Amino acid sequence: MRTDDLIDLLARHEPARPPRRGVSALLLSLALAVPAATLLMAPLLGINPQLRAYLALPMFWVKAGFGLALAASAALLVLRLARPGVRAGAARYAPAVPVLGLWLLALAALVAAPAGRASELVFGSSWRSCPPSILALSLPVLAGALLALRRMAPTQLAAAGAAAGLLAGGLGAAIYALHCPELAAPFLATWYVVGALLPMALGAWLGPRVLRW
Amino acid sequence: MRDDRRSDDAAARADAQEAELHRLMVAAQGGDAAAYRELLRAVALRLRAFLRRRMTRLPDDVEDLVQETLLAMHNQRHTYDPSQPVTAWLHAIARYKLVDLLRRRARHEALNDPIDDVDAALLAVDAREGGVQRDLAALLGRLPERQRLPIVLMKLEGLSVIETAQRTGMSPSAVKVGVHRGLKALAAQLRADRADRES
Repeated sequence: MRTDDLIDLLARHEPARPPRRGVSALLLSLALAVPAATLLMAPLLGINPQLRAYLALPMFWVKAGFGLALAASAALLVLRLARPGVRAGAARYAPAVPVLGLWLLALAALVAAPAGRASELVFGSSWRSCPPSILALSLPVLAGALLALRRMAPTQLAAAGAAAGLLAGGLGAAIYALHCPELAAPFLATWYVVGALLPMALGAWLGPRVLRW
Repeated sequence: MRDDRRSDDAAARADAQEAELHRLMVAAQGGDAAAYRELLRAVALRLRAFLRRRMTRLPDDVEDLVQETLLAMHNQRHTYDPSQPVTAWLHAIARYKLVDLLRRRARHEALNDPIDDVDAALLAVDAREGGVQRDLAALLGRLPERQRLPIVLMKLEGLSVIETAQRTGMSPSAVKVGVHRGLKALAAQLRADRADRES
């Protein structure tokens, strides 16, 4: 088939195709994946029995807010990287803001901590299970975000996959906060960040494999 | 001074081209088939020049990639937002398709063609259509009936949705879905076919 014939074929009887920014597809996939991940957690890890009391603690909201802020900044990045010719621009640095904020809090807590208690603040009682749990909870969200990206046209596949992974990691961290008993900022600044970076790395690896078009 | 004048001139031409392509793209997204055909013709001329200059060692593959890129553009045209320069959108897609091809080829032969951003405005045109290595009509024949028939009847023979629905016994919405999915499947087959020939 000649190129001119292909052009005639493509243009003939072609209905309107209004622009889509991918917002609704991404929100729909998150609306399905986030409840799925939460339902996954309840039987596997269990909701923190003291959750009701935790709701009154500022550090609980710092913890959940960190995950949500990370997810929101990554979602903006996903939407930019989903369209050809739109540069990531300054949005690429936005996810660093909640991380730096948490690190400042952790630094303040460590400076104020009595001598010899620093390692307790960093490791808490659950550092081993924290990052793998966040990764596991992020998987449904990562799958949903990648499916939404497949309906768009990312041209930087590893970057788009990494942004989807960070979005999943942020939401995974926020969901894990419903289980996690830890409240020390140095713990969160270390293990929550590691937990969110794992799905980001997975997304960067998956991007070139599943997002091609 | 002379260079300044030349670059001013190129910038003015780029602006005029952007305005024209933008007008056509917005009309095409709104369902104006004539504007869409004009847009695709203008884009094909520029794509061919863009790719031929960067594929000096793969001259036989230029026209195939022109067709693959046009089909990709068609399938993804909902990702163009009218607030964005249409040239940037086209350039990103052309670049993506070229890098995708070169990356696959690099596994078989060392290729050092630089993919620079010269001519990001896609000003050069090339009307010399080359031959193709693989025939889209043959790939079309491999699609399942519910996709192939709507494409053949509507897009090649020019029947309307209603006529196609009556001829095939499909519902009008199934006809539209068949065309849409069929063209996506065709794009996927093009990529798979390229991978086959290269391995």
